[in-house]
Amino acid sequence: MHSDAFDRYHHGHSLIHDLDPRVKVVVTVAFILSNALLPDAAWLAFLLAWAFILIANALSGLGLGFTFRRSFIALPFALAAITALFSIPGAPVMSFRFLMQDFTITDAGLLRFVSIVIRSWLSVQMAILLVAVTEFPKIVHALNHLRVPTILTVIISFLYRYLFVLTDEVMRLLRAREARSAGAAGKRGGGSVMWRARVVGNMAGQLFLRSYERSDRVYNAMLARGYKGELMTIHPHRFQAGDLLIGLLALVCLVLMQVAGRLP
Amino acid sequence: MHYSPVALHIPDGFLSLVVSLICWAITAVLLAMAVSRTNKSLGEKQVPLMGVMAAFIFAAQMLNFPVAGGTSGHLLGGALAAIVLGPWAAMLVMTAVIAVQALLFQDGGLLVMGANILNMGLITAAIGYGLYRGVANSSRNTKLAVAGVAAWLSVMAGALATSLQLWLSGTSNLQTVVIAMLSVHALIGVGEALITVAALAFIMQTRPDLLDETSASARGGRGWVAAGVVLSLAVVLLSPLASAFPDGLNRVAEDLGFIHIAQSGSGPLAGYSVPFFADASLSKIAAGMIGALVVLAVAIIAGRGLQKKTS
Repeated sequence: MHSDAFDRYHHGHSLIHDLDPRVKVVVTVAFILSNALLPDAAWLAFLLAWAFILIANALSGLGLGFTFRRSFIALPFALAAITALFSIPGAPVMSFRFLMQDFTITDAGLLRFVSIVIRSWLSVQMAILLVAVTEFPKIVHALNHLRVPTILTVIISFLYRYLFVLTDEVMRLLRAREARSAGAAGKRGGGSVMWRARVVGNMAGQLFLRSYERSDRVYNAMLARGYKGELMTIHPHRFQAGDLLIGLLALVCLVLMQVAGRLP
Repeated sequence: MHYSPVALHIPDGFLSLVVSLICWAITAVLLAMAVSRTNKSLGEKQVPLMGVMAAFIFAAQMLNFPVAGGTSGHLLGGALAAIVLGPWAAMLVMTAVIAVQALLFQDGGLLVMGANILNMGLITAAIGYGLYRGVANSSRNTKLAVAGVAAWLSVMAGALATSLQLWLSGTSNLQTVVIAMLSVHALIGVGEALITVAALAFIMQTRPDLLDETSASARGGRGWVAAGVVLSLAVVLLSPLASAFPDGLNRVAEDLGFIHIAQSGSGPLAGYSVPFFADASLSKIAAGMIGALVVLAVAIIAGRGLQKKTS
């Protein structure tokens, strides 16, 4: 597996790509925060927030529909909010019978459910855009600048760096299991659930030991290359006037959205 | 690439701002403690180890086995990490895993990341380590049995915490979400317990030095046992309460005025039951089953503890 197998970064040079990563992280979090602050059924503000995402998409040169195409990842979780449809008191919109139960969807419940899903869908698009236009090590570096404890950012950097190595290891373990598990077509595979769980447990234990021993070699190799307990970068972040301007502009847009969301 | 997300990763938008911020505050305090403890007790060499261990947990979550009907069991890893690495290190490792899942794969939101870390990283590590630490000097079989129960309980605790946060945010009906989450995770937890026990048994057999008295996993104090037991008791007491008598919890939250603050932007959401689960027999049966399972788990732990004292 190649070392960038998990990268979500799309190479490019655009206004958004070249923005200081700190600005991008702050604006993304502020955007998600702003969504959480919007009241239910603030349609105009939701529309403005979507326009904000579309503009960011366009400026990043990835195409208008880029984040939209990947934005359905959080949708299954909407199941958790489905009870809001029936449980919030309000005027009945429609009722139906299902599994011998009467369900009544109320107008207040419908508004709440739709608002929750829209907020989630807008927020996830912004997060998708952030990793698409910022290299992951730069995001971690920005987190470090934003006062996230160094030990955490170093662990995250190592996790990112070695994930593909250990995924390869998992692939080898899974392939070995496949190779040893013959099965006839249409027949259930052998072994009880207990037995299968034990096999996977042994694989996890094996993976743990291999990772543990590998971390020793990793550490020695890094020492040999001048590792001093923190990760270095050849891209020192320099905050420029343009970064500040765009960041402030984005924040002003968010404030306007809040105002639009509270108009009577 | 096989990567199966777990139903516990809450995306942005599903928790209210107040609940998200309270969870972030609790998480930040615990993480600050974890950072200062680990900085003190760990050498420079341990940091790359923790990084690779975080990658291990991430990768181990891809290991799966078919259970039945197309579903598959797999590992979450909080309890296993805590038992092998010690509680503070495990908290940092799980935090890194959850942060990367949210940042890189959008599996879980950013504003709600505090809640996700709390549910899947901190509570699971505290229960997993606390209960295991309580029997650290017992026989191998006792340790494995308790590790299994702890793994199961840690998943249930994460599911319960998630349900409560969703309820307080006004996203879900209390009774429905608790019953749905706990019944699904009672099964996922069994997979977790089996894999955790098997993985621990494997490590005990091949590298017992990683788990003995001088290892990182023995570094936590006795206070962890209390934390683990208290959290487990909270799961045991709250789960049946929330699934069988949701009005009680609703009432408490309302009396404290908390529910109105937490659900800012929406009307109060007091004890309205959902028709499907209002069917008393069904919800009572589910609640009863969950209660029974939880009590069974506690009985096993208590039994093991007593056995240790008498032997």
